[in-house]
Amino acid sequence: MSLAVEAPARPLLTGQRLAILALLALAFLGVPAFASPWTIEAILLPFLALSLAGLGLNLLTGYAGQVSLGSAAFMAVGAYAAFNIQLRLGLPLPLTFLFASTTAAAVGVIFGLPSLRLKGFYLAVSTLAAQFFLQWLFNKFGWFSNYSASGVISAPVLGFAGITFDSRESRYLLALTTVTLITIFVHRLVNGPARINLIAVRDNETAAKVIGVPVLRTKLAAFALSSAIIGIAGVLWSFTYLRTIEPEGFNLDRSFQILFIAIIGGLATLRGAFLGAGLIVVFPLLLSRGSAWIFDGGLDAGSVQLTQRIVLGATIVTFLILEPNGLSSILDRVTARVRSLMGRT
Amino acid sequence: MTGLALSEPALQPERRSFASRIAPVTPVTASAAPALQLSGISLAFGGIRALKDVSFDVRPGEIRAVIGPNGAGKSSLVNVISGLYRADTGRIVLGGESFAHVPPGRLPGLGVARTFQNLALFPGLSVAENIASGLVFRRPAFAWLPFLPASRREGRATAIRVREIAAFLGLEAHLPRLVSTLPFGLQKQVELARAMIADPRLLLLDEPMAGLTGTEKAAMAAHIRAIRDRLGLSVILIEHDIGVVMGLSDRIVVLDHGEVIADGRPDEVRRDPEVIRAYLGPDAAPLAGAA
Repeated sequence: MSLAVEAPARPLLTGQRLAILALLALAFLGVPAFASPWTIEAILLPFLALSLAGLGLNLLTGYAGQVSLGSAAFMAVGAYAAFNIQLRLGLPLPLTFLFASTTAAAVGVIFGLPSLRLKGFYLAVSTLAAQFFLQWLFNKFGWFSNYSASGVISAPVLGFAGITFDSRESRYLLALTTVTLITIFVHRLVNGPARINLIAVRDNETAAKVIGVPVLRTKLAAFALSSAIIGIAGVLWSFTYLRTIEPEGFNLDRSFQILFIAIIGGLATLRGAFLGAGLIVVFPLLLSRGSAWIFDGGLDAGSVQLTQRIVLGATIVTFLILEPNGLSSILDRVTARVRSLMGRT
Repeated sequence: MTGLALSEPALQPERRSFASRIAPVTPVTASAAPALQLSGISLAFGGIRALKDVSFDVRPGEIRAVIGPNGAGKSSLVNVISGLYRADTGRIVLGGESFAHVPPGRLPGLGVARTFQNLALFPGLSVAENIASGLVFRRPAFAWLPFLPASRREGRATAIRVREIAAFLGLEAHLPRLVSTLPFGLQKQVELARAMIADPRLLLLDEPMAGLTGTEKAAMAAHIRAIRDRLGLSVILIEHDIGVVMGLSDRIVVLDHGEVIADGRPDEVRRDPEVIRAYLGPDAAPLAGAA
């Protein structure tokens, strides 16, 4: 809530804003110029898509308090919708994004309906229905994949206003721009008037109802928006990162991965999605590079992979024990420490 | 007690303007009609009859206490009035409408606000946001979008109102704090502020003094009286602390095992032998005389 009583007018350029601007400048200008192809293809593109999915889920789970295990299915809806819109309607890119996210939002509302009666674990289990049903749907009916024999379709190259997003850098910039714009929107949203509705529903549904917060509408709106954002994440995942679309890519494992990103990063924080995605996506890759270098053929590939999983799991458990509120709180503490060391308490 | 920083002229016009918005047609005779009328309310949970044929009314501008020993049905009664429970029989007349079950979402529109026995604040929001949440029901549906000028105007108007209420209850210094970091007594006051901000005509207070220290109880009692005196609203006060109730309320309903066993002015109720037996125990008559 942007209550004037809350924050006394702050200078336009705080340290935090400067840091974000610097990061954006690096991402928009530095990365395309200097980053290696491997960094963009294997790290940054999946990182961006999954960060966005984590952000979408965080809106639903972190802010509105509704647990969902169907995120990957909503990614799939976005991806298949975008594919079919491009294939059958040939709409320009912004409209493709808009309609893909609208489709995901509509499906999200349908699978969000149980939230009007169910809470917590029960709701989580009911969202599994979305996961299994939608995956089955895309497998079962060839129309969705344009009757591709293998069920795996290659995503067409996106283009808009004479630009084709074919090259690595252009795909990266498309994903980065999309993620940046949506993040700004969500930031404004969760710090705007909707903040009270969302958190009231999350923290105390009975009290929210009694004081006249529209509980049902708030829940469905959260499902719609969250699914729309996750749908866009699915488009980015398929069109800028993998460049193929198949139902298996959007299985329950992916849903769990997105839930972990939201939890480990920090629920009800925006940067948590990015920190969480960083840990989940980037860390295993660095680990595999590192172990390849350390063991260098001394161990077979299977053992190395197993070791990586153990290290990743142990890291996650350690983080959560040290800071149940996620990486975002750790970052808070670190910056507070740095500030006090710099004498800027 | 900081309180009462709110000047009467500043407050009264606003109350009138808001009241006229939610209840545009108020017949002249309505001022004499009760703020709330309960008739024949019964409620059972399985075999346990929590409320048996409870009837009473609340007049405009009065502080109406509901007392009774543990398990007498006091909280059930509040939950029936606020629509969280559905009564098996009986009618509830509120704001000129008669209900078998009051839809909880309509309470603010009917001019009813309540607090809870165990705090029901939103720990993830600041004090200011918690208080402001009491006004969400008035917001037009589109106003949750952050980019509209109308939303911004709405936000500014809300912020001003939050400041007024906070000043009235002495909470100004705590506005930016996360509500969960406040001590219990202050959290109770935040809940009171959240109920007050919607400018209700009937305030349901479910054990507002429970868990407070002696000083805090006195402050809370003063707040409740000040709210009634300044805003002219009716209060239903569910309370355990019988001393506070005697001094604060205009009329008292006594419940025991879900039944109304006495109803009257404090001095009448205090002398009622049935009340002394039920509420204070058979041996407590001398104590009650001393109270």
